[in-house]
Amino acid sequence: MARKTAHAEGQQHPIKVYLLVWFWLFVLSTCSYLVDYFGLQGYLRWSLILLFMIVKAGLIVAVFMHMAWERLALIYAILVPPGAVLLFVAIMAFESGYTHLSRVTFFGTEGASTEHMTIEPSGSGE
Amino acid sequence: MSAAPEYSSRDAGIEVLSPASPRSLEAPSHPGGWQGFAADWASDQTAFKTATWGKAMIWIFLLSDTFIFSCFLLSYMTVRMSTTVPWPNTGKVFALTVAGVETPLLLIAIMTFILISSSGTMAMAVNFGYRRDRVTTTILMLATAALGASFVGMQAFEWTKLIMEGVRPWANPWGAAQFGSSFFMITGFHGTHVTIGVIFLLIIARKVWRGDFDRGARGFFTSRKGRYEIVETMGLYWHFVDLVWVFIFALFYLW
Repeated sequence: MARKTAHAEGQQHPIKVYLLVWFWLFVLSTCSYLVDYFGLQGYLRWSLILLFMIVKAGLIVAVFMHMAWERLALIYAILVPPGAVLLFVAIMAFESGYTHLSRVTFFGTEGASTEHMTIEPSGSGE
Repeated sequence: MSAAPEYSSRDAGIEVLSPASPRSLEAPSHPGGWQGFAADWASDQTAFKTATWGKAMIWIFLLSDTFIFSCFLLSYMTVRMSTTVPWPNTGKVFALTVAGVETPLLLIAIMTFILISSSGTMAMAVNFGYRRDRVTTTILMLATAALGASFVGMQAFEWTKLIMEGVRPWANPWGAAQFGSSFFMITGFHGTHVTIGVIFLLIIARKVWRGDFDRGARGFFTSRKGRYEIVETMGLYWHFVDLVWVFIFALFYLW
């Protein structure tokens, strides 16, 4: 893979690199689709979905968006701030846990669950 | 190592501007008020040495857009985690029946592959743009736009199907009411991004086709000469739209 940095003529890399990434994005998308198709559940499902998602996102940002060939000054300026979103996720997960607990406690909802529900009563839900 | 010339305040013009006091440490004279404010912030400071202003600005725009989509996905997470009503099974909701066989999430899978393919053609368009290959760049950009337009078309089909089945932002037949509002908000905003991308792809493809960037023709709005770099800028936006779909596909449709 070309390791040269961007020059006056912009980002130029072999077409082969793009085709390879394209191929892997297809494979990874198929994999994440198969997670649903085979009905995997629980932590296996969630970790596989997140894994395929992060690898796909990384390929797009690094190669298609040329981040792998940019200087660290730009990479950090763009990729570090979204880290704050992770903190936001933690805060809101905590908050929604509390909201859920309050609803169960005060509205007395039986069998409270955030799991999937099937459309047909005879489906294979949790 | 450092390619940037070293400026001291004196080199920068104090001696030129105020020859009477060459040793003064006062800042060079500059316009007051807002003009001075702008002049200071726009002074010769370059953080991104190898990225042009255009690239830096599109990245900063995309960063802000990242936060917008993050907030949508976060609010979706919050309502889904806090509801006591079961969440609809997206595999069944978005299933398509083709030739009598019901396949879960079929339409969404096709849309995913279409958007990835459009990213592939876009990446190659950027490459051929820098090679000054006008015809190939135009064809690849038009292919990208066509794939993007078909994505929006499928989304319109999906929305129609769900609305016919009774999905509303406040209710749906299968479970938690928040499903509808999350769905319309997230996919609607993403679809808007794709639509805007298609429009800009067509505009820039036309400019490439006419050879605006070879002739140094001035832009309609900016009155400035365009460069082939705009194809890469366009590409960054388009790949970002694809990137957002990766997260929506994983977190909304598959979760």
